[in-house]
Parts: sequence; C-alpha cells; structure tokens
Amino acid sequence: MDYIIEMNNICKQFGTLKANDDVTIQVKKGEIHALLGENGAGKSTLMSVLFGLYQPDSGEILIKGEKVLINNPNDANKLGIGMVHQHFKLVEAFTALENIVLGAEDTKYGFLTLDKAREKVLELSKLYKLEVKPDELISDISVGMQQRVEILKMLYRDAEILIFDEPTAVLTPQEIEELMNIIRKFAKEGKSIILITHKLNEIKAVADRCTVLRKGKYIGTVEVSKTSTEKMAEMMVGRKVSFTVDKKPKTPGDVILKVENLTVLNKAKNKELVKHATFEVRAGEIVGLAGIEGNGQTELVHAITGLRPFSEGSIAISGVDVTKDTVRDKYEKGLGHIPEDRQKHGLILDYNLAENLILQSYYLPEFQKHGFLKFDNIYIHAQNLIERFDIRSASGAKSSARSMSGGNQQKAIIAREISRDPKLLIAVQPTRGLDVGAIEYIHKQIIRQRDEDKGVFMVSLELDEIMDVSDRILVMYEGEIVAELDPKQTTINELGLYMSGSKGGKHNEQQ
Amino acid sequence: MNSNETKPKHPLLEKIEPSLIAVACGLLVGLVVMMIFNIQESFAGFFTMLVGAFNQGSRSIGNMFYMATPIILTGLSVGFAFKTGLFNIGAAGQMVIGAYTAIHIGVLWNLPAPLHWIIAILCGTLAGAIWGLIPGVLKALSNVNEVVATIMMNFIGMYLVMYMIKANVLNPLDSRSLNVQSTALLPTWGLDKIFPGSAINIGIIVALLAVVVIHIILNKTTLGYQLKATGYNKEGSTYAGINTKRNIIISMSIAGALAGLAGALYYLKLGNHLTTSSGLLPQGFDGISVALLGLSEPIGALIAGLFLSYIRQGGFYMQLYDFKPEIIDIIISTIIYFSALAVVLQTVFHKQIKKMKEKKRKTPNEEEVSS
Repeated sequence: MDYIIEMNNICKQFGTLKANDDVTIQVKKGEIHALLGENGAGKSTLMSVLFGLYQPDSGEILIKGEKVLINNPNDANKLGIGMVHQHFKLVEAFTALENIVLGAEDTKYGFLTLDKAREKVLELSKLYKLEVKPDELISDISVGMQQRVEILKMLYRDAEILIFDEPTAVLTPQEIEELMNIIRKFAKEGKSIILITHKLNEIKAVADRCTVLRKGKYIGTVEVSKTSTEKMAEMMVGRKVSFTVDKKPKTPGDVILKVENLTVLNKAKNKELVKHATFEVRAGEIVGLAGIEGNGQTELVHAITGLRPFSEGSIAISGVDVTKDTVRDKYEKGLGHIPEDRQKHGLILDYNLAENLILQSYYLPEFQKHGFLKFDNIYIHAQNLIERFDIRSASGAKSSARSMSGGNQQKAIIAREISRDPKLLIAVQPTRGLDVGAIEYIHKQIIRQRDEDKGVFMVSLELDEIMDVSDRILVMYEGEIVAELDPKQTTINELGLYMSGSKGGKHNEQQ
Repeated sequence: MNSNETKPKHPLLEKIEPSLIAVACGLLVGLVVMMIFNIQESFAGFFTMLVGAFNQGSRSIGNMFYMATPIILTGLSVGFAFKTGLFNIGAAGQMVIGAYTAIHIGVLWNLPAPLHWIIAILCGTLAGAIWGLIPGVLKALSNVNEVVATIMMNFIGMYLVMYMIKANVLNPLDSRSLNVQSTALLPTWGLDKIFPGSAINIGIIVALLAVVVIHIILNKTTLGYQLKATGYNKEGSTYAGINTKRNIIISMSIAGALAGLAGALYYLKLGNHLTTSSGLLPQGFDGISVALLGLSEPIGALIAGLFLSYIRQGGFYMQLYDFKPEIIDIIISTIIYFSALAVVLQTVFHKQIKKMKEKKRKTPNEEEVSS
C-alpha cells in the first residue's frame, strides 16, 4: 500500500446534517485525484477535515501510512498539506511576496527579512512557470495571478500534498488550460494532488482517479481513463442526466429591452464600471452575457433594474423609456428580475414563502384592501405557485424562506417572477450553486419564457450555460461589451479570448 | 432553567423562553447582590420585592398600571423602530418634547374639559412624531446613523424643554412647570373606583389601544409588511420596489409619536411636573429595556412594561428591610444584560441538557439515538 493520504470512514455532522457519512478517500503518491460531487455533497467538508479546519466525529487519517491528528491548518502545513481555497485567503493590502511568506516569515533580531524568501519565490515561480509580480499589492493584480500567489504559498511551505478547491471557477478557458498544465507538472514531480470540482471535463482532462460523493456519502472511486463522463455524472447525481438543452429555433420579434450608452461609475465616481453599454434584447430570444466575475455584469444589471444609479445612458422596455423610473415603475412596465444574490436581494429570509411570493405585488388590489393585507388571497396565490412550480419546503406556504434549500429558494423566486408575466426577464446566474436536477428545470423554464415571446437577458459565469441556453451572446470585459457572438458559430475558446480581453474591445483597437 | 426538551415545544414558549431565562437569571443575580449587602434580611427583602406590588391590594395594582403606562409606550416606540431595522435611542427626547407640548397646552390654553386634554395629547403625540421624524429624514436622505442622531436629539430636546419651561410655564417658587388646568387633566373614567387610592387614570387604556393598533399595523397591513421587509432586509426591499427611504421616515415618526404620547399621558396628571434641572427622562431609557425584554413585539412591550413596573413597586417596599430601592435598578439592569445574552444562554442550556441525555442513553443503541 503506497497511499500517501488515507482518510478512512470519516464522519462529520453539523446539527442534524450529516456532511460526511462514512467517507473514504485514498490518494496515491504522484497522482491527480479528483473529488467529484454536487454542491453540498460534502467535498469541502472532507477537505476541511484534512486541512485541520474541522475535527471529524469519527474515522481516521493516515499520512504516509502513519495515523495523524490534524488539529489546525498549521499541523496540516507541517505534514506537507497545502490548500488553495475557492475563495482566496489573501491580505489585499499586502504585496504578493508578503502574502506568500505570511505565517512563515524569516526574521533577524525580530525584524522581517524578505531577501531569502524572494529568492525562493522567484526560483519556484520560474520552475513551475507561475508568473507573479512579487511587489504588487494583491488588490492590484488579476484573479489569475492571485491564484498563482496562492499556489506559490503552498510550494513555499514545501507542500507535498496539494488541494485545489474549485480552482477553475474564476478563470478563463485559456487560464484553465495553463493551470491544468501546471497541475500535471506537479504530479510529474511526485506531488500528490486533490482536485475538488463538479466539472466533468476538467476531471477527464487531468485526473488519474476520481472519488465521487453524493449527499455526504461515499459513492465510489473510479479510474478516469476507463470511465465515461456520463457514468461519472450518473454517480454524482444518482440518476441519468441529459446534458443537452432542448430548444427549437425561433425568430426574434420586437425589441423588448433597449439599452443605449449606459455608463455606471463606482462610488467614488472616478472609475467607469460599465462603459457605454449599448445592446438590445428582442421578444423570443435569450441574450446571454458572458464574462469573468467582476467585469461589470452585476453593475450593468443593477443599473437596468434600478438597484443602482447610473451616470449616463438610457433604457427602454418595449419602446417605453424607463431611464428615470423607480424599481416599482419598471416592474409595472414589464420587468422580471431573477437576481444574482437570492438571499440578499431575491428573498426576505425572515418572511415565509407566501409573503415572499408577493414581494413586488403586495400593494395590488388582489392582495390588499384599504391597506389591509388579504391573507386568504395571499395563501391561495402561494398554494398555486407551489403546485405549479413544484416548490418544496417543510411546511408549505408557511415555511420561512430561510429554512428552504437553495434550489427551492431559487424556484420560489423564479415562480414569483414568471407568474407576474413580465415582458422582459433578466436572470442573473440563475443556476448558481444548484444541483444538476434543478439546473435542468430552471433552463427549461427560461426557454419556455422565450418560447412565449418574452425577451430574456441572462447573465452567467458558466460558459456551458451561456453556450447551451443563449440565442445570442454578448461578452463583457472590464465594463465594456467587447463582442456579440452567435453560439452556433463560436467556440468556448473564442469566447474565452474575448472574456480575457485578448480579443476585441477598444483597448485592442488602439494598439 | 425553564427548558423541557424532549417534546417539541409550543412555538410561543420557544419564542418567550429567552426572556424567561433572562428574568430568572436577573432575579438570581439580584438575590446574590442582596445577600452581599445584607445576608440576614436578603430572603425577606427578595420576597417583598416579588410580591410587594400587591402589598396594598388594588391600590398597588392601580399604581402599577399607572407607572407602566409610559414605559409600555416607550417600549412600543423602541420595539416598533427595531422591528423595522432602526435603533431608536431617542425615546427620552421624543417623550420630553411630547410632555412639554402637552403641559404647554394644558397650562396656557383655555378649552372645555374633554377637548382640552384630547388636544393636549394629540399635540404632544405630534410633537414626539416630529422629534422622531428629524433623525428619520437625516437617515433616509444622507444616511446619518440614527443612533447618534437620536441621542443628540435627546439632549437638544432636554435643553430646549428647560428653556421653554423657563420662558413660558415656569412656577418660580420651585423652578418647575406650572400645574396644568383641571380641564387638561386625564380623566379616570371610574378606574379610581376599581383601584381606590391609586394614581391610575385612562393613560393605561390609551397605552393598551396603542399596543393593539401597533400590533395590527405590523401584522395586518401593507404598511407593516413594507416596514418589516425594510427592517429584515433593506437590499431585498429595494429590489422589491419598496421605497425604503420613505419607510425609514414613517417608521421613525411613528416611533417618535409613541414616545411623545408617553410624555403627554404621564404629565397630564396632577402632581407631575417637568423641572428645569432634571436630566433625561428615565422612562425613555426604560423603553429600551422593555423592548429588549418584550422581544420588540407590541404584546411583549405590554407584558414587559407591566413586569418592570410591578417589580419596581415591589422594590419600593423593600425599604422596609434596610434595602435601598436602587437595588431594583441593579436587578432590572441585570435582567437586561441577560436578555441581550439570552439566546446564547439558551443554546448553552440546551447543549448541556442534550449532553446529559446522550450520556444517559449512550449504552443501548447509539446509532438510533443519533438519527
């Protein structure tokens, strides 16, 4: 047995939730081992146990055949375990170099000495082609480079076991390709890698073996080269999954949303977050907005829907100018909005489901008379939507929104927005954090809206979603809409080039 | 303390449990403090405190209602603002402004009986509303923190009222406001027959009405729906198209009105005067305690206000046993501390109880227990 890591029969419970229920994972030295599972399957919990962030309720961990106790991340570091978290753990106001040495600093007479560290970092960076600028502040460098800083942090501590938690979520296709090469190189050098992901194509591309978790339970470990993607998906979800989105061709009709020259400034009013955006959405088409997180998509949507002021430009819904309208006016003129953050914007978590389903319409005669709410109608309305959209919750219309699962919260929002029969539906990351079943369902609903001649504007970070669902794709880079593409005639690769700014846009024309 | 775990609890019990724990812990600490000061008489004193409010039968109960009136209303004021996401620390200022307005009308205007006190109450309420509206507007329009603004309004109100007393309604003999005319005094509507010898008047009935009205506003109306939504989640309300700025202003005005009403009711009473030297009104700050203990619910404010008044009455009689009535304020403060900690305490208790139970059951069949 030459396993470098063995986690045997790990159990970890939070309250009544069994996050890990008798999970076993065994990683060989020098292999790339994928950990596959949907959101909430227990991948992150398992790795947090290995990294010393949680203590298992039962089960044992063996490193190089020896039983170990990992009480905190420092213990993990000493055992040669390093982890790149999904949300980077970097100090924004420090330089890249300072972040790399943080917690393992060299000192002389109590003073910090960085010379040796700089040498080592530069050496590592050259060896693995991990390009970083050691003296730039974290807040000034790109997300891709921040990730490289995180990787160097592990290497600087001589980690032998590298854990990557969803490392590709923030990267462009080209950056993903680079990262995969780096990971392959690590494996060749004899380091062992655990790759946490729910993206099957990435596993297919780099991993040697793959362990699948579902709802906290261990499902199995397979050789990636001998297993089809469909098989792995089935293990992950527990049933057969269709990857294709059914969509009939349709000719777009009238202009539903017209945005002209829209510019959004940041709070200090010295930076344009959205630069002169101009585009249209027509009836019966789905326009997808692609882009890496933080390139102005959120601000664009907030400006259109009225959640944020903008400095320039105009917006019209079905030919009616709504530039100066309040949020409520926009809803009344036919806007439906599935917001990016369902807990912050989409729901009042302390209200129950029925109350949440009238969030924009409580003041209409259907639900109130002389200022008094008509609770009978409110609950009938909720019951209708619950049945029509199959919203599941512990106590039906009276369940508090907080107690509902993410998928059902999202279903509730979609039910509310669609039931208001909007002309324009803006959906921002409608499937974020949802399991495959819910994603299928939500895509169907969005496509049905298009088939009913509504205009749909969908913002997503998932390129597959953009490619599969959209009829037309816009790409945003640094606040600018840099491309308009036809999903049938473009590739994910081309999309990636636009998303990373290496193709299209004003800054390239000037060069 | 008061936790009976095994059966699923009644939702109401679960809700008020933290308050009950807080009260129990507060009383316990009070007892310990009393034992430190005077161990021989501590139990007798403690007992008197608990039942003292019934010492003189219906007279004591009447006084309890009378003393509870202003703090129920200030508690309602703070709790209402809190339900809508705002900290109203300005009940003292709103109350004093309401009180002065009522006294001013009561002393200087000449009107027939029912009209006089009704107008005095209405104007006092309105003045309180204006005193709440100002920080509300500041918050809504330029995001001035309402805690700071309402505290400042407390002092502005206090000094303004001192000045106005001196300028308009001063009784130079004892540097306080003049007696209001008899037409402006609150009637008793026979309550003094039920509670003979007590200071009770219809103030308590008005306070009860206010509790009911606020309860209905919060739970049955579109206004309450909007206000609570804004309090629970401001971003979510903005998304819903609710005018959150207007709601902040409305909410602070209603909170101010309730505190202003408290002031008007309390001072339209023979023998109650605003002085030119007193500080901030204590009832304003009691409102914070009442709201905390009453979980910001209107009904909660009613119960907590009565409780505080009840225990104060008892504390008064503790002087029979060589205890200063200030000990009551120590106990009340402790209760408030515990009610801030109550949720933490609750989880600690529950964990302990669960642990003990698990130990007991561990042996027979572990897996079934944990499922």
